[in-house]
Order: sequence, then C-alpha cells, then structure tokens
Amino acid sequence: MLQLSKFKGGLKLDGHKHVSTMHAIKQARLPEKLVIPVQQHIGLAPEILVSVGEQVLKGQCIARASDGISASIHAPSSGHISAIDEQPVAHPSGLAALCITIQTDGKEQWCEPSPLAESYRERSNKQLLNIIRDAGIVGLGGATFPTAAKLQSCEPEKIQMLIINGAECEPYITCDDMLMRERAKDIVLGVQVLQQLLTADQTIIAIEDNKPEAILSLQQALQKQAIDNIQVISIPTRYPTGGEKQLIKVITGKEVPANGRPADIGILCQNVATAYSVYRAVFLDEPLISRIVTVTGDAINQPGNFEVLIGTPMSELIEQSGGYTDNIAGLVMGGPMMGFSLPSDNLPVTKACNCILTQIAEDTQSPPAQACIRCGECTDVCPANLLPQQLYWYCSSKNFDRAQDLHLFDCIECGCCSAVCPSHIPLVHYYRFAKTEIWAQEKERQKSDNARQRHEFREARIAHEKAEREEKLRLKKEMLAKKKAEEAGQPGDSDPKKAAIEAALARVKAKKDAATEKPKNTDNLTEQQQQKINEADQRRQRTISKDEAK
Amino acid sequence: MHFNNATSSPHMMRDDGISQLMLQVLIALIPGTLAMFYFFGWGLVFNLIIAISVAIATEAAVLKLRKRALKSTLLDLSALVTACLLALALPPLAPWWLTVIATLFAILLGKHLYGGLGFNPFNPAMVGYVVVMISFPREMTFWLLPSTINPAALNIGETFNLMFLSQLPATMSWDSISSATLLDGIKNHLSQDHLLSSLASNQQLSALVGKLSGTGWEWINLFFMAGGLWLFKKRIIDWRIPFGLLTSLSLVSLVFYLINNEQYLSPLTHLFSGGIMLAAFFIATDPVSASTTPRGRIIFGAGIGVFIFIIRQWGGYPDGIAFAVLLMNMAAPLIDYYTVPAAFGKRDEP
Repeated sequence: MLQLSKFKGGLKLDGHKHVSTMHAIKQARLPEKLVIPVQQHIGLAPEILVSVGEQVLKGQCIARASDGISASIHAPSSGHISAIDEQPVAHPSGLAALCITIQTDGKEQWCEPSPLAESYRERSNKQLLNIIRDAGIVGLGGATFPTAAKLQSCEPEKIQMLIINGAECEPYITCDDMLMRERAKDIVLGVQVLQQLLTADQTIIAIEDNKPEAILSLQQALQKQAIDNIQVISIPTRYPTGGEKQLIKVITGKEVPANGRPADIGILCQNVATAYSVYRAVFLDEPLISRIVTVTGDAINQPGNFEVLIGTPMSELIEQSGGYTDNIAGLVMGGPMMGFSLPSDNLPVTKACNCILTQIAEDTQSPPAQACIRCGECTDVCPANLLPQQLYWYCSSKNFDRAQDLHLFDCIECGCCSAVCPSHIPLVHYYRFAKTEIWAQEKERQKSDNARQRHEFREARIAHEKAEREEKLRLKKEMLAKKKAEEAGQPGDSDPKKAAIEAALARVKAKKDAATEKPKNTDNLTEQQQQKINEADQRRQRTISKDEAK
Repeated sequence: MHFNNATSSPHMMRDDGISQLMLQVLIALIPGTLAMFYFFGWGLVFNLIIAISVAIATEAAVLKLRKRALKSTLLDLSALVTACLLALALPPLAPWWLTVIATLFAILLGKHLYGGLGFNPFNPAMVGYVVVMISFPREMTFWLLPSTINPAALNIGETFNLMFLSQLPATMSWDSISSATLLDGIKNHLSQDHLLSSLASNQQLSALVGKLSGTGWEWINLFFMAGGLWLFKKRIIDWRIPFGLLTSLSLVSLVFYLINNEQYLSPLTHLFSGGIMLAAFFIATDPVSASTTPRGRIIFGAGIGVFIFIIRQWGGYPDGIAFAVLLMNMAAPLIDYYTVPAAFGKRDEP
C-alpha cells in the first residue's frame, strides 16, 4: 500500500456532488447549429481547413494543429459550414473569438474511421502520438494543454510514475466521477495506451474518497481484466487536491520544483477524461468532438451530466435539464472555486467546459469587503505556502516588486484564501490584477525597450550619415584646392602677391650683391700694380687709424 | 438568458465575518471576567461600563469625522474587544477618569490615528494602558485584596463613591483597602535584600501567596486560559503566539529559578501571575499588530515572554506585559520580513 502524505493548507469543502449524480450520463440532443471556437487550448491557433458553404462529415478535421503546441479541431457532426466569424465564447474576458459554425444535417454521417483497437500494441510511440495529436486531444482537467505535446515534451524513459487524476476536488463538478462510474473499462484501455507510451514503472489512478462508486467501478474493471500494473488509490477529499502539484505531493510526498514540471521529478499526470479521449482516438478512431459536462447548481431543475458535442450552445443543455428555477441569478463555467462568471448562456460548450454551474442570488453577491485584520487564516489554507495577506497588502498598494518577492507567481488561484477571509476580501482578484498588471508592464517595458533601441539606431544612423556627408565635402574641397594649385603652375602653397614680392626682393638683393662685388678691375693685375695698390691701402689704413687715435 | 453580475472566483465566501470573530473573543473572555469579578468586586464592572461606553462613543465620533460607515464598523465589535481588554487590565479601583483617558487614547491614538481597524501597528488596548501607566503611576496601583482574604470588601455603593467621587467609606483609609499585587509585593520584598524563602515571615505577603501563584490570580489566570483554549478550539486564534509566549516565559524563568531560587520566582508563579493568560490568549493574539507569518508568530510570542520576564525581574514596573507587547509590535514588520515561508516547490532554494 502506498504511503500517502499531505499538502499544506487546503480546505474541506461541502461537495454538493450528489446534486448531479442521481442519473446516468445523458446524451445531449444534436443542436441545429454547432459553434466551434478555433482556439480551445493553450498554445497556437490551428489552421482552418474549410470554407463557408463546404460540406463536412462527422469527425472531419476542420482546423489542423499548427506546428508547435497546438491542437486540431474536428467537426462534431455532419452538415455544412455556415459561417467562419467572430462569435461570443466562454472566456473570462467576455470577448468574441473566431469560430466555425456548422449547420447540422441530422445525419451524423461519419468520415471513414480506421480504428486500431488492440493492434495499437504493435504501433510505435511516434505513430500513437500522431494519432493522439491528430485527434485534437487536450488535457480535460481544465488547463486544455495539448496532450500530445505534453507526452512528447518528456523523455519517456525518465518517467517512473504515471498518475491519472480522477480527484475532481471542486465542489459540484461530477463529470469525471460519472465517467469513471460508467466507463471504467474504456478509461483503463486509454491508460494502457499511455502506459505503452511512457513505460512508467508505476501507474496510479487517484480518486478522492468522496467518490466510492467511481473507485469501485475502476477496481472492478481492473480485476475483470486481471490488470495488476495499475493501482486505484483513494485519497482524502481536500480541495485543491486535484491540482497537479498538490496531487503529486499527496501521492509521492515530493514537491514539484516551483518553476519546473512534474516530469522533472519523473512523474506525468493526465486527467481521467483525457485518458478516456485517448481510448476513443486509438480504439475507435474518434477525435475529441464531445465531452461530459455537468449541469448543476442550486438554480436548475434537473441537474445531471451530459455527453455533449463540442460547440453545442449551453442554453440547449439548460433546456434539457428542465430549465432554470425561478431564483436563477448567475452562471459559472467550471466550479465555484475556480470557475468564471458567464455573461449569458448562449455560448458554445468547449473542450474546457467541465461544468455549468447555476447560481442563486446569494452566491453571486459577496458581502462588502472589510479591512484586513491580518488574522492569517488565508496563510493557513494556502496550498502554495504563500502569505496571501501580505500579497494582498502589496498588490493593492501596487508594490509589485515586493509582491513578486513574496512569490506572487506561485499562486495557483485556487481561491482558498478568499473563501476563508472573514473580511470577505476578494483576494484572488487582487492577485490576478497584479499578475496582469505585471505582464502588461513587462510588455510595456519590452515595447519601450524596442522603441528606445529603434530611436538609438536612428540617431546613430543620422549621425553616421552626417559624418559621411562632411567627410565627402571635405574631400571635395581638398580636391578643388589641389586642382587650383596645379593650375597656378606651382605645387604647394603659392600666393601670387607673395611670389611677386619675393621676386622683387630677390631682384633687389641681386642688384645689391652686384653693386658690392662689381668694381673689380683688380682681377688681372701685375705684381707691380698690386704692390702699389697694397702700399696705397696701407697708407690709407694708417691715416684712418691716426684719425681714430685723434 | 443574460446575466450581468460577473464576479471573480471563488464564488464561495464564508458567511460569518469579523463581527462573529470578535463576538467569540468576547464570549471567551467571560469566564476570566467572572473570576475577576468574584475576587475584585464591583470596580471591574464599573471599569467595563466606562471603557465600553467611551470606546463606542469615541469610535462613533471618529467615524463621523472621517466620514466612514458608522453602523458596519461599530458592529465589527473590535472597539468593544479593546475596551474590555483595557478594563480587565486596569486596577479595579481606578478613578473613573483614568479609564476614560486610557480608552480615549486606545481608540483615538492607538487605532484611528493610524487608519482604524487593520492599520494600527500597536495593540490599541496596550497603548491606552501604557499612557495611563506612565502618566498616573499612583492610581495604577489601586488594586485591592482578593475577596477571599479581604476582611473589608466594598459593596457596590461604596465602590461607586470611591471611583466616581473619591469618597472613602467613613471607617476606612486607603491603606486598609488597597493592597499590592503579589508581583508588586515580591518586588518590594526582594528590593529590600530579603530572600524569597523569608516570604512567610512577611504576614501581608504570605497571605497573597496561593497554591500556584497569587491568591485569586491563579484562578483568574486559569479561567482566562480556559477561554483562550476554547478560542483555539474554535480556530479563532492561532496556537503559535500563546505557545511562543508561554514557552519562552517558562523556559527563561526556569533557567533563572534553577540558578537561584531565592532571587527568582518559579515558572509556575510567573505563568499564573498578573495578566499572563489574558495576555497570551487575548492581547498578544490581536492579529492586526502581531506578526503574520507562521514562524514569525512563534518568535513574536517568544519575544513577549522574554520581555515580560526582563521587565518583571529588572524593570521599574511590577508587570511588563503592556511594554512587552508594544515592543514586539514594533518588531513585527521586521519579523515578518525575515520569516517568509518557502513557497511550494521552493524548499530547496536558498
């Protein structure tokens, strides 16, 4: 028997599960119109393959996964494409998104399936991954991360444990519960496909102990087929034990590193509904075109679970559940802890839609928030081991640096802190605000960084061009000057005036020289003449010196 | 169908609020209060009445000035808790104006000048207490003998006259009515170079000594402790602050007691004397001014315990709870800063 451990914090919540588990899963009626959002998963949008007016068959791929993390979309039923445009979708932002609308023809005509059934065992990992990828399977636990990408991103030989998450810890939601109760055998087949892909030593299906029927059903399915390499584990009911990291902590006692993935510690998690979709894809060659949706809450006449085609309007499901009661006040997609309010019920069911929760007025009105008295109840229940009270303090005062120091981004937005706050402060709301604000700032900073770089580049370019121009001008001037000088006949620097002066000076000097050296008729003298001259000179010299002496 | 009430998740909130928390704190105070009433008489009742009315009037006036919602804030009952704690801490024969001043300072200076509930860095009740403690030291000694050993217990009328009109009953003097508390008496006793073993020779003091600690006080503390444990069971208070306080006080006093039991009181006497249990379960646990991190709360409580011992043993005041709490209030932000727990998955990081 596995030794279970505990994660810190969390809440014991009133499950309200029985509300929607009274009846078996019902098939939702085929609506006249299916509105299929193109983007239903985390990652890149797929590439649309069809155009308006085109006939499509049930299961036909209408948008192919683009390279990288993406998932394909398939026609949930046969009919023709009536529109490809923006439609309101179920998204917290309330914004419209690109959708493909199919006018159904009621024939439910399938495109040619080629199921592998048991022969999948002879297929390579690559082939199986391709099947899962082509079937458009995404994580149905809520994150809608493309399953093939998740499987591919880990090295199969490093995974020691495969955990199939059937915890379903949020109150009211029972779609996984009902799936496990009714289709345990198929889930097991799907898990076996995953096992083949991963070659994990240990495979565990973890189910909260408030679902004894589901546990029993899976145990029986395993017994019947004498499968002993899959274990069904009953875990204590405690929100949010279905969170991937919390579940791993409960089962293994290990904590997934804060910025890491379960694969880093040799674990891979998949939701039970995802495993079931893998079964449908591999054994029946059916892509992900439907899912189980819980319609529940305090304001619906006949709560229950439906197998619903993706794209079915929620209003259809409400109608098939006997409609709202008179005290309907609000609608939530998902559970009461992490789901988001819907502006209307005229929205299509997507791969992420596990639950449609109807609310009465009491649930939609929160009492006015009072001052935080720092009681610390939020700290006690935080499963991420944060200090929600201090985070609130810094988020509300927009001191985002300090909020990040206190690990704001490790918050999983489970809502435990808000649920226990005696001052009724919508704490998670503040964290979401701070996160988006920080992302926006980050984007803004990147943008301004880019702008600054562009500006600097431009400045540099202008400066460079200016320098270039100046250099050119200088060269040109130089050339001109050179040319002129050459034209003047003299190399170098010759000013005509100066030259003239110099020439004049030279002439004067020459004249002077000539004047001092010229009276030279003494060149060709005889000795006698020379002697006479010398004597005369001596005399002259003597008289000069006599005069001087006087 | 359209809905226009988009709310942010979670869509579940608890039904009760601050008022219910405060109400439970008030309920938990009842056993200890009754015990105090039994031992110290009508003065406590008058103190409570004065403190509560002044607290509510002050809070209402401030809220009006600050243009805040009157009803919802008054109904959070936090001012009531402050008033009650203060009334329980003040001497039961304190003149009426002393309680008025203390309450005024608690609510005005301790609470609203900082922005009201949730924003006060100091415990308001202790702020009020310290103001009168420093300003009117004589009146702060107006304790009387526990009723079980008091030959001249005052009736309601006599108490009223004494507190509001400062008129003593005809046949009595102050000295015959008032009495030092055990801690005060022992402090005097020791300061005169007497040893603890010679306590028996002091007739007045030995009468004050009870089974656990002081006559009457041991019961009062036990009843406050019972109320505190009930709060803990109801998950209104966290175990860490009382645990830190009581453990550190026990340990520190035990060490000194073992070193010299002639100079230092036993841990048991320390724990059940004065307002220790009131402080541990009701005063130090005021979440607004305390540390908020799990580890921080233990440190916060432990710090108060140590300061109480230091002030009792070497300080100028007989009991140091108020100062100890305020000192640790000051340290709370720093403690919080250094005791942030490792987030999930970050345990291995430095």
